Amino acid sequence: MIKRLLALLLLAAIGSVFAVLLLGYTPDAELNLTARYYAERTAADIGAANIVTAIVVTYRGLDTLGEVTVLFLSATIVGLVLAQGSGPGRSPSVRTPVGELLGTGARVLAPLILLLGVYVFVNGHLTPGGGFQGGAIVASGMLLLLLADPLRQFSHGLISTIESVAGIAYVAIGVLGLVLAGGFLDNRILPLGTLGELASAGAIPLIYSLIGLKVGAEFSSMLASLSETEEL
Amino acid sequence: MSHLPLALVGLLCIAMVIAAVVAIRGRSLPIAILAAGLVSLVASVLFLVLASPDVAMTEAAIGSGLTTFLFFFVLGRVRGGQDDGQPDGGQS
Repeated sequence: MIKRLLALLLLAAIGSVFAVLLLGYTPDAELNLTARYYAERTAADIGAANIVTAIVVTYRGLDTLGEVTVLFLSATIVGLVLAQGSGPGRSPSVRTPVGELLGTGARVLAPLILLLGVYVFVNGHLTPGGGFQGGAIVASGMLLLLLADPLRQFSHGLISTIESVAGIAYVAIGVLGLVLAGGFLDNRILPLGTLGELASAGAIPLIYSLIGLKVGAEFSSMLASLSETEEL
Repeated sequence: MSHLPLALVGLLCIAMVIAAVVAIRGRSLPIAILAAGLVSLVASVLFLVLASPDVAMTEAAIGSGLTTFLFFFVLGRVRGGQDDGQPDGGQS
C-alpha cells in the first residue's frame, strides 16, 4: 500500500515538474542565433533542401559518425553475446508453419518495405528522413521476412561485408572532404547541383545512402543473430 | 500555436495515454504489443503535428515498426514455453 502511495507521489511530483515547464513555455518569436545561421545558410552552403539532414550529415557530421559507431558497437556486442549460446550446427527444430496470411503478405510487402527504406535514405537531403530511418525500415523488412519464415538464414558474410564497406567508405568520404574541401565530412567534394534535385547537395546522398546501408545491415545482423540463437 | 493544433495535440496525448494503459493492463499479449506500437504511432503523428517530420519518421520506423515486429517475433519464439499470460497472481 505504502509502495503504491509512494509511486503516486512520485508521479504527481514528475507531473507537476512537467506542468510548470509547460505553463511557463512561450514559443520564441524568432529563431535564435544558431538556428538562424542554419536556416539562412544551408541552401547556399550545403545545397540540401532538408535543413535537418544538412545539420546531421554535414554541420554535425562528426556526431553522426559517433552515433554510427555506437550502433556498430552495440550490434557487435549483441552478436558476440548471442554467439556464445549457439553452436554452428543449429538444430532444425520443428516449428509450426506460419499462417497463409503472414506468408503471402510478407512476400508481397517485404520488397515494397525494402524499396521504401531505400527511397527514404536516398532522398534524405530532399524529404524528411534519412539514413537512420531508412536503415530501420530496411531492417523491419528483413524482420518481416524472418517472421514469415523463422528458419530462413541470412548470409552473415554478406551482411558484414555490406556493413564494413559502407563504414569504410563513409570514413573515406569524410577524409576526402578534409583533403578536397573545407573539412572532415564536408559535402562539397561533389558539385552542389540544383537545390531540390536528387543529384544535388554534393556528397550528402552518397553519405546518407552509406549510413542507411550500414544501419540496415547492423539492425539486420542483430535480428539474424537473435533468430539463430538456440531456444533456452 | 493556434487553437486547432492545440486541440489536436490534446486529443493525440489522450489517445497515447489510453493506448499505454491498454498495453500495460491488457490481458492478451498480442493486443498489448499492438497497443504499445500504437503509442509510438500516435507519438509520431504528434511529432508531425508539432512540425518535426524527421523525428516523426524515426519514431514511426523504429518505435512503431521495428519494435512491434521484434516483439511479435520474440512472442513467436517463446510460444509453447512457459505460459506467461496468466492473470497477475500477486507474486512477482
